[in-house]
Amino acid sequence: MPPPVLTGLRAEAVVAGYDPRRPVLDRVDLTVHAGRTTGLAGPSGSGKSTLARVLALLHKPFSGTVHLDDEPVTGYRHRTPHAQRVRIGVLFQQPRLSVDPRMTLRAAITEPLLATGAPTDRADELADLVMLTPDLLSRRAHEVSDGQLQRACLARTLALDPDYLICDEMTTMLDASTTAALVGLIRDYQGRTGAGVLAISHDAVLLNRWADRTVDLSPDGVLAQRVSSDVR
Amino acid sequence: MVTELAVDHVSVRFALPGATVAAVADVSLRLRPGQCLALVGESGCGKTVLAGALLGFLPGNAQVSGSAVLSDEDGPPLDLLAATDRQLATTVRGRRIGLVPQSPASHLTPVRTARAQLEEAVRAHHPDEPDPRGRANGVAARAGLAPEDLDHYPHELSGGMAQRVATALALVGDPWLIIADEPTTGLDHHLVEGLLEEFRRLVADGHAVLLITHDLAAAQRVADRIAVMYAGRLIEVGPPHTVLDAPGHPYTRGLGDALPDRAFTPVPGMPPLLTDLPPGCSFAPRCDRVVPECAEVPALPLDTEHAVACHRPC
Repeated sequence: MPPPVLTGLRAEAVVAGYDPRRPVLDRVDLTVHAGRTTGLAGPSGSGKSTLARVLALLHKPFSGTVHLDDEPVTGYRHRTPHAQRVRIGVLFQQPRLSVDPRMTLRAAITEPLLATGAPTDRADELADLVMLTPDLLSRRAHEVSDGQLQRACLARTLALDPDYLICDEMTTMLDASTTAALVGLIRDYQGRTGAGVLAISHDAVLLNRWADRTVDLSPDGVLAQRVSSDVR
Repeated sequence: MVTELAVDHVSVRFALPGATVAAVADVSLRLRPGQCLALVGESGCGKTVLAGALLGFLPGNAQVSGSAVLSDEDGPPLDLLAATDRQLATTVRGRRIGLVPQSPASHLTPVRTARAQLEEAVRAHHPDEPDPRGRANGVAARAGLAPEDLDHYPHELSGGMAQRVATALALVGDPWLIIADEPTTGLDHHLVEGLLEEFRRLVADGHAVLLITHDLAAAQRVADRIAVMYAGRLIEVGPPHTVLDAPGHPYTRGLGDALPDRAFTPVPGMPPLLTDLPPGCSFAPRCDRVVPECAEVPALPLDTEHAVACHRPC
């Protein structure tokens, strides 16, 4: 099968939330362009994470569609077609909650490879990619710091070479140096692969620096206004 | 009224099977009324363990040495590290030192409303209060909550609201010192501003605040002094602008350079494992200014305005 042409991960007129009478998102359009970093800002409760979950195919919208490179997504969560699932990577705010505490970092990083039947000998290469030292791979989650664990989560996400990467408040728990390091690693990956990145944060200074453009979700959570960032 | 908290040569080690974690090493600092000290450093550097040591919240395998003396003009001084759990529970926690814990949502009782928990704290700290509800509302207002916000269960609160409930709980006993552990994490910009303003207000009222954070920008806005911690040690202490704009320690310089509105470049390398610290200066393996003296642990000079623990400061 030829590699797909990356035209973007696109949410169209998405209505989503947890109660159909009070949707968190009301007809929201957003495109994550390939090779670009789209910033998503907005106050707590405006629906940033809900939109991230919809775009990551982890939350079924009440109405509206998500297109992955012009291909409409037909199923969410466990019903997502495998070919689409493996092309979108997600990083969450709390690495502690994203890693099974019984697993070593090596097991956590290779889990996506196991799950997709790929060879699992890439752990060292992936660890090297996110600058985790080999001695850390035999540790469990509670034996490493938040920064080291988030690096492992990034390695795990990159294991399947996703074309789109959704980072939901990925750096909230991290200090400035680790934040800069992880953003740098994601940019390197993006430069090599042309992946599209959705960067969600409430840190406007960070988004200004990281994203090519930033979209604001309004406080009432119903309308997305486009605001271009003119930093670069 | 408390006049000073004097932390001297505090070290905390955790004994694990086959390893010892040196979480805090030889930390000395002073906190006096009307001061806000920000303790900054990356996650896992020992900031939270130090706070836990002051309140007697460490697990049983912790070995603590040094002293942390709370001087009080109304009574004898109390060494927090030698005090019994009963002394800490009845005279220190919530009364003289209030803690705003990290990830507050997980510290609230999930089956009771915020109001039930706050009014319980009011009744415990102020048994003679004729109007616990009114007092709870008053404390909640100081933390930025409306009375009706209190009628929610923890799972119905956003992260920012849970944070403010935790702050209100810490304020109920009117403690002299507030230790706030990463209070700004996950908060929106305007909530951060409000919280920092409340801390400034507390400091102006003669309280002391120990702000534990990895957010250098927040530390700079609120603190009188910033103490930078690396691998369990304080490596630089000084006024915020000096520490951020004219740092003496190469690690502090690296942290400043990592800010997104500055160079946005990380400190090269990774922090050392606390079970396997290098001999001498623990930053040396990541440092570009290493000299032979770095094989010795550099001491942090005491009682200077700007102290740097480095053999070859920037």
